[in-house]
Amino acid sequence: MRRRHFLTLSAASLGGVLVFSLDRRGSLLRAQDKSVRIPLRYFDEPQARIIAAAASRIFPSDDSGPGAREAGVAIYIDRQLAGSYGRDRYRYTKGPFEDAPIEFGYQGKATPREIYLDGLKDLKGFDRLAPDEQDKILQRTERDSPLFFDLLRQNTIEGMFCDPMHGGNADMIGWQLVGFPGPRMSNYDDIDKHYGKAFRPKPVSLAPTTGTKLRLREVS
Amino acid sequence: MRLLPAVDVVIVGGGWAGLLMAKELGSRTSLSIVVLERGEPRKTEDYADSMDELDYSIRLRMMQDLSQETVALRYSRKQRALPLRQHGSFLPGAGVGGAGEHWNATVPRFQPDIFELRSRTIAKYGASALPEDCAMQDWGITYDELEPYYTRADLMLGSCGKAGNIRGKLMDGGNIFEGWRSAEYPNPATKVPYFSALFQDAARSLGYHPYPNPGATLSRAYTNPDGIARGACAYCGFCDRFGCMIGAKAQPTNTLLPVIQKHKNVSLRTGAWVRRVIHDNAGGRRKARGVTYVTASGQEVFQPADVVLLCSWTLSNTKLLLLSGAGDAYDPVIGKGTVGRNLTHQLQIPSAVGFFEQPLNRFMGSGAAGIVISDFDGDVFDHSKVRFLRGGTIYAMSFGYRPIASFGVLPASVKTRWGSEWKKASLHYYDRAGRITSSSEHLPYKSNYMDLDPTYKDRLGDPLLRLTLDWRENERRMAEFITAKCVELTRAMGAKEVLPAAPLEHYDTTRYQSTHLQGGAIMGATPEESVVNTYFQHWQIENLFVLGGSAFPQSASANPTLTLLALAFRSADAIVDRYLKAPGPLA
Repeated sequence: MRRRHFLTLSAASLGGVLVFSLDRRGSLLRAQDKSVRIPLRYFDEPQARIIAAAASRIFPSDDSGPGAREAGVAIYIDRQLAGSYGRDRYRYTKGPFEDAPIEFGYQGKATPREIYLDGLKDLKGFDRLAPDEQDKILQRTERDSPLFFDLLRQNTIEGMFCDPMHGGNADMIGWQLVGFPGPRMSNYDDIDKHYGKAFRPKPVSLAPTTGTKLRLREVS
Repeated sequence: MRLLPAVDVVIVGGGWAGLLMAKELGSRTSLSIVVLERGEPRKTEDYADSMDELDYSIRLRMMQDLSQETVALRYSRKQRALPLRQHGSFLPGAGVGGAGEHWNATVPRFQPDIFELRSRTIAKYGASALPEDCAMQDWGITYDELEPYYTRADLMLGSCGKAGNIRGKLMDGGNIFEGWRSAEYPNPATKVPYFSALFQDAARSLGYHPYPNPGATLSRAYTNPDGIARGACAYCGFCDRFGCMIGAKAQPTNTLLPVIQKHKNVSLRTGAWVRRVIHDNAGGRRKARGVTYVTASGQEVFQPADVVLLCSWTLSNTKLLLLSGAGDAYDPVIGKGTVGRNLTHQLQIPSAVGFFEQPLNRFMGSGAAGIVISDFDGDVFDHSKVRFLRGGTIYAMSFGYRPIASFGVLPASVKTRWGSEWKKASLHYYDRAGRITSSSEHLPYKSNYMDLDPTYKDRLGDPLLRLTLDWRENERRMAEFITAKCVELTRAMGAKEVLPAAPLEHYDTTRYQSTHLQGGAIMGATPEESVVNTYFQHWQIENLFVLGGSAFPQSASANPTLTLLALAFRSADAIVDRYLKAPGPLA
């Protein structure tokens, strides 16, 4: 068995992360002291730090609001790679593999896990650089490793806006940023009202909405 | 191979077509009926946790598992096909209910002239107007013959809308370009969300004729003729790619399955992957003997049956016919054979995105809530100044925007795709952007067809279905024309910036079109030009019926489900009233 790894995040940057463990039991980690340690399922700690730093440059925390760091995007990506998505459980992966025009979609052999491991090779020490240095490196990554960069960018957006049960969007901060109320059971009385005016019901996440035990496909 | 006890009817596929036939035959006869569905069981309660964008809409939990089987695609016969390794331009469903579970439940009827497309086009424009390579043909049935069955399908689903033509009388507020209806819709139209209301006003201001999108997401509680009661839609915004957790959206599992379960003569087997239709020649007539399938535990079995109904969606129906040698495979070089011909894909043009000053509250919606115009559909407008045949509908739907898929839709003035500037612009425009789209006709061509791929295999070692498919000038010109109309409409809606869709070039497997692939086992008036007659009955194997969009000789601009349900009702009537009494050709 591999050594257990944790991502340590400062309490200041994290209001609270709803972490679903691989055995599907949810637990809410609240920062009591200066930091929280979140167990990692796929990355080791240095890798998680690099991904957390890179995601934070893609979706930064700035004067327009919190970003990937507060949403726990690195935790989300870690959970995704640990599960069926990370190993391409649902993709057609029989050969032969051939290069193809962009309209034929991704035709490669590498799984998301392999794409990340490959991408991480060029980002050693990334988390210790200054933000403008990080941006320069990411610009290079975007140009030279578009497969990895586009995946990281897409997964960052997913981690910002997924239901918190997937490990991202902590405290629904992503939804609060865009005014998305989450799985709101009924808009019947509102759908044909509020014309031209922002209607922003308080967000709810899936577990309290349904009151049911949730099935996470990603962990299968 | 294990031999199973014989049944009267075996139905391959547990989606809309298969379960409708199971309901009709099961309730009107005492025949023993087995439905074979290769996916998993499903019921409404399964969707209690379905309002999860990541799992359902991004990871596509409800779709076919492509690690087991996909299709290969190429643009022309000169190329080697490549497998579609992940979902993209269409989303085949899996499990009981099939794609009918995750659909948007838009239920328009086809334009009447679609059924006689070749003869009407030639009569009006002359044979020389047909594009080179065009395989347009008549269906062998007319809209007038089908109207009563459309009405039955509408009543079963509880279709919501506003009629535009009741027995020839044009009705204000409905689609005045549609075929005649014998009655108003069973239910009033769904509510009009803000974005769609803007479109409605803009369309009127430009002199067009907006009408509410016909939908089977119920506008009010409704009980259908089978006694199935469903509640009103809550506009939660989780329709497309999701199952409805309250049963307001008509799905096979909430509309058909509860009826079927009352009939002891019908059974449903899941995890049953059908590989071949077995047929032979006896007494000079070719007959299907049943089907072979692989069970969930990997055992291959033979299910004998007197009647075989293939209801496994366009691509699977065609693949099964080709693998089984049931009919003559189409050869585009010599123009012989019929199985696999006339592959079409409804042309969905992502025509224009408007960026508005005011928020649009786009998280609310339902799969069928929206406003449509048909002023540029089919042949209803003047084609003398355009260089293409046919057309499409234009609409402003309010599906309910969800943030993973909708974040980052930006005007052309924003050049970045990550970082602070991108984030700020994306936050600003998140609820201020809306897309006007179009469903348009895709003409059939002799060189757009299906056969078996020589290279790639499915999980059982059978060849993948190969699609040879690309757009032609007719579609490209139509897309350009429709996009210009959409830009005009978006501006009239008050958008401050408009982003038109890029010109249509090659078929793009990565951009969602619709799941409305059609053709492969098309219907027609003669065995020379079609695989089945208008009752879905195979011309060469009289006890084999092939149901679904596979039978449509060409795509309409309209979504196909209501039409395939109407045709299935007609087929069920013919089987019960005529075929079972005197088995033989129905046409």
